[in-house]
Amino acid sequence: MVQTLARSEARSKTRPALIDGDFHNELNSIKDIYPYLAKRWQTHIETHGVRGPAGATYPRFMDHREDARPPSGRVSGSEVGWSAKDYMDPYNVAHAMCIPLTPAGRQLNFDLDAALASAVNDWQINEWLDPEPRLRASIACSIENPPAAVAEINRVGNDKRFVQVQFSGRPQEPMGRRKYWPIYEAAAKHGLHIMSHAFGSYGNPITGAGWPSFYLEDHVGPAQAAQANVVSLITEGVFDHFPGLKFVSVENGFGWIPSLMWRMDSAWSLLKSEVPHLKRKPSEYFPDHIYMTTQPVEEPHRPEQFNQLMEHFGAMVNNLVFASDYPHWDSDDPDFALPNILSDEIKQKIHYDNGRNLYNL
Amino acid sequence: MIEAQTEGDRRVATSRTNQSVIDAAVHNEVSSTRALFPYLPPYWVEHLEQTQFKGPSDFYYPTNSPIAARPNSRPAPDEVVAPLTGRTRAAAAAGPPPASALGVVQREVLGAGAEAAVLCSPYPVDSLHNPDAAVAFATAVNDWQIAEWLDKDPRVKASIVVPIQIPELAIREIERVASHPGFVQVALPIRTQHPLGSRLYHGLWEVIARNNLVAGLQFGGAPGVPPTPSGWPSYFMEEYIDMAGVFATQVTSIVCEGVFDRCPSLKVALLESGFTWLPAHMWRFDKEWKNLRRLVPWVKRAPSEYIREHFRVTVLPLDEPEGNPRQLLETVEQLGSDDMLMYASHFPRVHAADPEEALIRHLPETLARKVRSENARALYGL
Repeated sequence: MVQTLARSEARSKTRPALIDGDFHNELNSIKDIYPYLAKRWQTHIETHGVRGPAGATYPRFMDHREDARPPSGRVSGSEVGWSAKDYMDPYNVAHAMCIPLTPAGRQLNFDLDAALASAVNDWQINEWLDPEPRLRASIACSIENPPAAVAEINRVGNDKRFVQVQFSGRPQEPMGRRKYWPIYEAAAKHGLHIMSHAFGSYGNPITGAGWPSFYLEDHVGPAQAAQANVVSLITEGVFDHFPGLKFVSVENGFGWIPSLMWRMDSAWSLLKSEVPHLKRKPSEYFPDHIYMTTQPVEEPHRPEQFNQLMEHFGAMVNNLVFASDYPHWDSDDPDFALPNILSDEIKQKIHYDNGRNLYNL
Repeated sequence: MIEAQTEGDRRVATSRTNQSVIDAAVHNEVSSTRALFPYLPPYWVEHLEQTQFKGPSDFYYPTNSPIAARPNSRPAPDEVVAPLTGRTRAAAAAGPPPASALGVVQREVLGAGAEAAVLCSPYPVDSLHNPDAAVAFATAVNDWQIAEWLDKDPRVKASIVVPIQIPELAIREIERVASHPGFVQVALPIRTQHPLGSRLYHGLWEVIARNNLVAGLQFGGAPGVPPTPSGWPSYFMEEYIDMAGVFATQVTSIVCEGVFDRCPSLKVALLESGFTWLPAHMWRFDKEWKNLRRLVPWVKRAPSEYIREHFRVTVLPLDEPEGNPRQLLETVEQLGSDDMLMYASHFPRVHAADPEEALIRHLPETLARKVRSENARALYGL
């Protein structure tokens, strides 16, 4: 990382370096990936469109920060050079993990989905990773069609600039279900993490009780959605079967971790006969396997409660990775995201060390 | 003032204190569909006797699960009406359903020191998609509760069972029985087809508030939609854990939709939700509200203020850090209110922790008193 920094434009900065676990490389339009997509699918998209399960339209005021829009007028976050100049250079970002939010991975037409995923990954290689060595990326793949997902992971997984496999916030089934295990096997083979980014759904509402009415609810709900996936991954024995696998929860918050661990242990103490395959107490899987990114950072009602939160899950200090969510409307400014009450030592871990360790940078 | 702990008595925590105790949630079961015959219309009695339909079967807890029934919670066979055939063989072998006779609750809950108990029936009428059946069974359960429970012991209060899947029918059932002084609450399953704040339910909230009833949102529900935002989990243990998330999203919905702005006197009890998830939920909810409040301009204060004013929560399941009562106390303090927590045994169900031992005895005396009885007394007007 020292070498990377020395090469980067940020070397003259005196501020400490940052590793960003949630950086969005955006499509200005679907046409951005046409160079990587067969003519057959370009025609298909022009004629029939991209089609995922419907049901998540809420009136809202914006997706992206207007102040991050490139001078060209394209969508914020859709030009690597501008994102570097606007965000990575001034904040001395040593590395950022690209998370492309595209139609890939959520198509009802599986053949189109596989083609889109390959196109997105080739677009990432050519237009993001090659021009900007500070970037790392997440593999887009057909998570609901595991054979295609495995093929795509095997196709690009040897490129070590890909660090994780991308899931939406609400796959069709809880993430620990056997359906997804071939994906985990392929990820483990390539040393990739499993990452789930908030939002996006394969048809399931964001609550266990149907569709809420307002975007505000859609924006509070990822904390519950992520918990159900963590519960499933642990309970199904995914981490017993793939002991090196790590799950990275992005944009889902982290305040819910302590109570979830307590609840899982309490439930397991009564119901373990239903899940005899579990080798350890549920909370013991968290330090080795469950990682979270910061944005949207938790804002307890009193400052000292942030330290309580860190203490209630002792491994939080190692498993929490800074994230900006640049250039989305709710992105966190690295200078103000973490509360002042945190020690400099802990801030350094969250801003840099934990990301470096998690992503082997 | 709290008496020393005694080993061996695992009935209810109340046996360990000489303080006033109110049990805010006891889940009374219907002993068998046959017990409802006197309260069902002939049409449904005929159905039950002549067809394979023997009543709702999607119970919120697996019948023989280690957490479904405490020792001594099943009535003796001669305390209940003989069962209809049609219950699963395993369930029939276990004996009558737990907490299915007043005598059991008198012995195990009131006999152990609670001065009053609030019943919250988990009878799954919400699982009956046939609306006529749902209404018939809800009506029967409520009339059965009046005759077999409320009119026999004034220390017992109860919750009106309603067909939540069709709000206008639920409203009609509440209006039918709300005048009985024994009913203090409307039982609503936390799992529903639509979030409970939805405008589909606004008339229901208004009728609950108008009748000075509490809305008791309880663990479970069988609406037919998956219990997680990623579909159906494989194990009941997951469903049990994930239920806290369903509680959280219902809290979000009810506050966001302005239910308390329409019904300022309304109180909602979260029953068997646990509470340790609630502080972090309030933090996130407040933060998002600050960003997005223009979407819900009727929500005039931070969501946590509505939550503290209008929601009450029972302490079980007590999701506690093992061997670290200090962290649990910090979590109680993070709630930011002494008025929210209520002791409830959730008899006949089994939980890992004993609320008195694990939590209440560690609290400052004023707060402990509120948790044991005063918060429930104020909520239910006891």
